[in-house]
Amino acid sequence: MTDDANSRIDSTVKGNDVVLFMKGTPLFPQCGFSSRAVAILEHLGVEYASVDVLQDQGIRQGIKEYSDWPTIPQLYVKGEFVGGSDIMMEMYESGELSQLLKDQGVATAQ
Amino acid sequence: MPMAAEEIETMIKAAIPDAEVEITDLAGDGDHYAARVVSETFRGLPRVQQQRRVYDALGGRMGGVLHALQLTTACPQ
Repeated sequence: MTDDANSRIDSTVKGNDVVLFMKGTPLFPQCGFSSRAVAILEHLGVEYASVDVLQDQGIRQGIKEYSDWPTIPQLYVKGEFVGGSDIMMEMYESGELSQLLKDQGVATAQ
Repeated sequence: MPMAAEEIETMIKAAIPDAEVEITDLAGDGDHYAARVVSETFRGLPRVQQQRRVYDALGGRMGGVLHALQLTTACPQ
């Protein structure tokens, strides 16, 4: 991974309470898994930043090394990697995701 | 080149011998799968670590030839 991609990823992850690295945008997700991740965050009513990895090959590859996680989407809360869309769904259904956001002091609509 | 369901199961079991693996071909096209992997070795591990062990078992195919694998991990009840 280039230092440039790494530092851009790092500053995005650390500079936003909630960040979703995804394929496409929240309005036009380009993959079913990214679409599911967006739907979960929208349901929780949480404000989040999103990064479209399809617009940047450096970030698309770099994010996988950054988190040691092979797939996209990837959710970060307060600088910590939370998981991909399957983990998001499990945590959403069990209530753990909204609890995590609360514990981290992130406002949600629920 | 998509992967066959048996190939996915074999790779997971090779790395996690006690795993119970249940694979569903979601779209019937040999390219979109759901896998449920249950192993005693997951006990006490956070979900991210559990799923990393499955991804490791697939030896870098995840996110490459294997694009669409919906993954659930659990410990035996």
